[in-house]
This record gives sequence, C-alpha cells and structure tokens, in this order.
Amino acid sequence: MSEQTLAASATMPPETWRAPTAEVSVVRLVLIGVAVLFIGVFLGFPLLVVFFEAFLNGVAKYFETFADSDTQHAILLTLLVAAIAVPANLIFGVAAAWAIAKYDFRGKALLITLIDLPFSVSPVIAGLIYVIMFGAQGYLGDWLKAHHIQIIFAIPGIVLATIFVTFPFVARELIPLMEEQGTQDEEAAISLGASGWQTFRRVTLPNVKWGLMYGVLLCNARAMGEFGAVAVVSGHIRGLTNTMPLHIEILYNDYQWVAAFAVASLLALLALVTLIVKTLLEWRFSDELANGPR
Amino acid sequence: MTALAQFRRDTDYIEANLSLVAPFVDERLRVKTMNVTVENLTKAFGATPALHGVSLEIASGELIALVGPSGSGKTTLLRLIAGLDFPNSGRVLFGAEDASSKSVQERNVGFVFQNYALFKHMSVFENIAFGLRVRPRATRPSEASIRQRVMTLLDLVQLNGLEKRFPGQLSGGQRQRVAFARALAIEPGVLLLDEPFGALDAKVRKELRRWLREIHDRTGHTTVFVTHDQEEALELADRVVVMSQGRIEQVGSADDIYDNPATPFVFDFIGDSSALPVIVDKGSIALDDRILSIDAKGHADGPATLFFRPNHVRLAGQESGSIVGTVTGSRRHGDIRRLELEVGLARHRCEIDVPADSDVSRNGRVAIKPTDWRLFPRDS
Ligand SMILES: Nc1ncnc2c1ncn2[C@@H]1O[C@H](COP(=O)(O)OP(=O)(O)O)[C@@H](O)[C@H]1O
Ligand SMILES: [Mg+2]
Repeated sequence: MSEQTLAASATMPPETWRAPTAEVSVVRLVLIGVAVLFIGVFLGFPLLVVFFEAFLNGVAKYFETFADSDTQHAILLTLLVAAIAVPANLIFGVAAAWAIAKYDFRGKALLITLIDLPFSVSPVIAGLIYVIMFGAQGYLGDWLKAHHIQIIFAIPGIVLATIFVTFPFVARELIPLMEEQGTQDEEAAISLGASGWQTFRRVTLPNVKWGLMYGVLLCNARAMGEFGAVAVVSGHIRGLTNTMPLHIEILYNDYQWVAAFAVASLLALLALVTLIVKTLLEWRFSDELANGPR
Repeated sequence: MTALAQFRRDTDYIEANLSLVAPFVDERLRVKTMNVTVENLTKAFGATPALHGVSLEIASGELIALVGPSGSGKTTLLRLIAGLDFPNSGRVLFGAEDASSKSVQERNVGFVFQNYALFKHMSVFENIAFGLRVRPRATRPSEASIRQRVMTLLDLVQLNGLEKRFPGQLSGGQRQRVAFARALAIEPGVLLLDEPFGALDAKVRKELRRWLREIHDRTGHTTVFVTHDQEEALELADRVVVMSQGRIEQVGSADDIYDNPATPFVFDFIGDSSALPVIVDKGSIALDDRILSIDAKGHADGPATLFFRPNHVRLAGQESGSIVGTVTGSRRHGDIRRLELEVGLARHRCEIDVPADSDVSRNGRVAIKPTDWRLFPRDS
C-alpha cells in the first residue's frame, strides 16, 4: 500500500459505517422537508407577502407612506417608547439578575417567578391592569386628575405597558449566566482592592456583556412590536398615541393596504436585523450566552 | 501550652535562620509583611459547622501550610482571614490590629483562588495590573511604574513574553502563576493560597512547589497555603497546621508532625501508618487474645489504638509477644517491599516494609514487632 492510501484509509470511515445517531437517509429527508415546509408556509411566505404588498404600487408609493405626518409620528413614538423602555429594563434586568445570582435572600424564588409573569400573562390583561390602576375610573384616577397627570390614553401609559411586557428579557438572559459564573471573579477583584462599583464595571459587566446585548436586542424587538398591551392603554389617537403596530392596524382597517404593509415592512425589517444580529452573537459568543445557542 | 511553646521555638528558629535567606532576598519585591493571629474563630453555614474555635499564630514572613482532608474547613479559615466571609465568633488580628471591622479591600491580602479566578476578558498584563489600576487616584502608580511592576512580576513568575495572552490561551500551571503574580502586585501584607497546585498534574505540581518556596524566600511574604496533600505540606512549609472537621489537630514543623503526631488523626493522615485496636491492662498490651511484648507503662488502662509506620517494624521470627499474621499482598517500592498483612484473630489489616529481597511469600505467616510506635486511648 502506498502512503497515500494508508493516510486515506486512516481518516475515512468504512462505507458501511453510520454514525449511531444518524437516521437513514429517507427519514432524514422527510424530517428536513417537513421542517423547511413548515417554516416556509408560516414564516417565510408571510414575510414575502409583507414586502410584496408594500411595493405593489411601486417604490414611489412605498416611500409616499412615510411622508404622512401620522405615520411619521407613529414611528417616532415607537422609537421614543423603546428608547425609554429598553434602558429601564436594562437597569432593572441587571439589578434583578445581580441580586438573584449573587445574593441569598428570602423571597428569591418568588422574585424569579414574578419576573416571568409577563411571559405568562396575556398582554391585554397587562394593559387592563394599568387602565384599572391609572384610568379615569381607576383606583388612582381622581388623584391623578387632581394633579393633572394623564397616564392612560397618553404616552406614559404606553411606556408603562411596554416596560411591563418586556421586562423579563434582559433579566432572564442574565440570571442563569450570572449564576453559572458565581461570585469568584468578584471576590478576586475585591480582594485586589476594587470597590463595589469598580468590580461591577470592570469584572461583572464584561463577563456578561454578550448575554446583555442579546437580552437588550430581544427586549428592543419586543418593545417596538408590542400590540396587545399598548392597544388597551393607548386610546388609538392618531398622531398622538399610535405606535407603529397600532398605526398599521388603523391603516389596514382604512383599506390603505400599501401604507399598512409599508409600515409593516419596517417592523419586518427590524425583525430580520434582530435575527441576523442574534445569530451572529450566538455564532460568535455562544459559550458566553446563557444555555448556549437557542 | 505545648502549642505555644512550640510556636515560640519555631519563630525563634525562623528568626535565627533568616540571615541565611537574606542574601537572596530580592529588594525590589521585598514587602512589609505582617504576623497574623487567629483567635477562637467559629463559623457555621446554617446548621453545618465549618470551624470550631480555631486559634493560630502566624509569624511574619512564615510559610505555613494548612493541610487536612476535604471538608475540614481549610478554605473557610482562609476566607475568614481574608475577610471574604465573617466568623460567627472570634477574631483575626493583623499585627496588633483587630481586622474585624476592616473590609476585604482594607485588609490588603493577596488571595489566590483554588481555580485562579483570572479575569478572562483581560490579558495577562491587565490581570496582574488590576490591583494597581483600581487604586484611588491619590495612591495609584503612574502608567510607567505599573508597567514596570507588572514586568518585574512577570519575570518573577517566569512568564516573560506572555503578557499579551489571555487566560484562555494559557496552560494550568501558567494560569496559576498569573494568579500568583496578580495577588503579589498589590504588595499584600499576607498571601493566602487555596490549593494552589490542586488542579495541576503531578509533574507541574512538583516544579511549582519548588518555585513557590524560592519565591517565598525571595519576597518574604507571610504566606498561608492550603493543601490536601500532606507530602506537599511537609516538603514546603516552615510549619504545618493539620486540620480535621473544623479543628486544628496539630501545629508544628514537618519533622514534629511526622515524628510526634499529637493525635490518632494526625498519625493516620500524615505519612503511612497502621492502626491496631488493642487493650491496655496494667502496662501490657493485648491484641485480641495475644499479649504483645510492648511496654505500655504509663498508659491508662482500657481500649487503645496502637499506631506504627510500615518502616518502623522488624520481622520477629519465633520471638514471643510479636504480632502474627498472614501476608495478603505485596508491592515493590524501589528498594523495599511493602507487605499487606492480616493480623490477629480479627484479621486486622496492616502494612509493613521489608527489604525487597526478603523471602516472604503471599499467604505466608509472618511475625512482626514495631520498633517505634504510639498508643492513643480509644473510646468504647
Ligand atoms: N458556602 C457554604 N455553604 C454551606 N456550607 C459550606 C460553605 N462553604 C463551606 N461549607 C461547608 O463547610 C465545611 C468546610 O468546608 P471547606 O472550608 O470548604 O473545607 P476544605 O477547604 O477543607 O475542603 C464543609 O462541610 C462544607 O460543606
Ligand atoms: Mg477547600
């Protein structure tokens, strides 16, 4: 035997060999086919339709949509809400994750459960709770009115509802990550003379930065796309309390389909960008994200 | 009383010998070291007791080993000294100062963690510089002197040229040395090392052991290191502290600990030994039904344990009063052969060393006599 065939036979498995977990090819093809078909029908096709409908009457008509002041306002409002809700949840998420992962205290399990609440509660219920709390007929309605504070049917209500719906994202991402990392690095930093803040900024934060970005990304996507909770508290006032998702609904109900899909295409684009950045993060830093890639 | 006398003797010894070390001391690295006093420390985690009233005097510049089985409270003691945890009672003194009210940062203790706890997003250089960079502006060294100090330390731990690497790109032994240099960078009054060689393979362990001794002699830090490896403790430390179940069993030099174990635990834990349950009666010792020709005058009557080391035994031939048993196993160790025996009626297991060329065969009968032994009273 020549050296070459020796080397080849050393690296190539025999033809009859099959990895123990590998399915026979027919089964494998069917499974992959089903998965691709499912994703295509339920995800890919609607996405295509959004862009198709948006550009149905040409590029000019598409961009005309964004000249409309109500549409512009809806986009700006969405950006504003996200710009408040995401940093708020960033701070809350980091604080909650820090407390849960690094300290032992009574009611810890309860706190973890509460953080998950927005995942299990219907967003509409979340919105209704705010209406009952802060609405004109609500518990605090009279007091708020006396002090000329309007929350429901105004921007503060939208921000509150969005914060509620999106607050698990950052905390959920950080808690397992911080728990896994334990407190040893922090102890090392403190024993080297670092203050609490220095330890946080120089050691804790860098240790979780990719997980944090990941959580913020998901939080932002949800904050911009939230419909249910916001719909209840906003009052649908055009040019005042309409966010992008609400504006899309109104345009659609007004038979302004191109405009509706044009705005929808922005949200779809946001989803795509989120997906790409998320995939990049997972691909590059999977070992530094909680529970690895999802 | 003996512990304190022992301590005095040991510190005298160290001070007397300091001059021997002095010529090799590296002045750039020489620091102000401290003596540490641990007074009656008690610590429990919930219902789990970890330390029961531990007291210990650590002399300035001393290299001291805490040795004991896993779970004996070594890490807990180290963490209490560092201030990473608080005691339920008792206190720690640095010099003459009570450290109870001092924060971890104020204690200025160099702590090397069992798994190193290197900052993995920082280069080797930044890891070592960390303790200098986080100092308040008033006491923070200039960039140039930070650089110089880090380079001196890299030189000391023999990692020159690796300062740009990240912890993930280092071997276990190299990480260990980075952790060590990082702790030294803050010029600690006391250096605490938790199982510094625990995660390394045998060969690297041996190298680093010698290296630690050399560095200690050059820098003169008061150093406490934890190990579960008694050989490491005996080889390396000026004094050894043997711990078991949250208590100090014995403190002494390696020779002391090995030659005069104070408790059955120490005899068992340090070095190889055999233990036989015997009965003391009016100065004579009985193993099961046989009276042994071992003089137990001065020992209290009642159940006791007879300890001896495998190499403190001779083959006894037909003499009366010897321990008689059957050979159940035999292993060759260099020039000697270690025999496993079952002795007495109850077939107690024990080990003895004989010359490698002895003609004792498996299942053969042997009679032995301990030439050096200790007797400890036994409960029940
Ligand atoms: N954080 C902790 N929580 C609960 N129990 C602990 C904790 N740390 C140590 N212990 C217990 O205290 C005892 C001593 O532990 P430790 O000091 O780590 O021993 P060693 O370092 O000698 O192996 C053990 O029984 C251990 O289970
Ligand atoms: Mg330990």
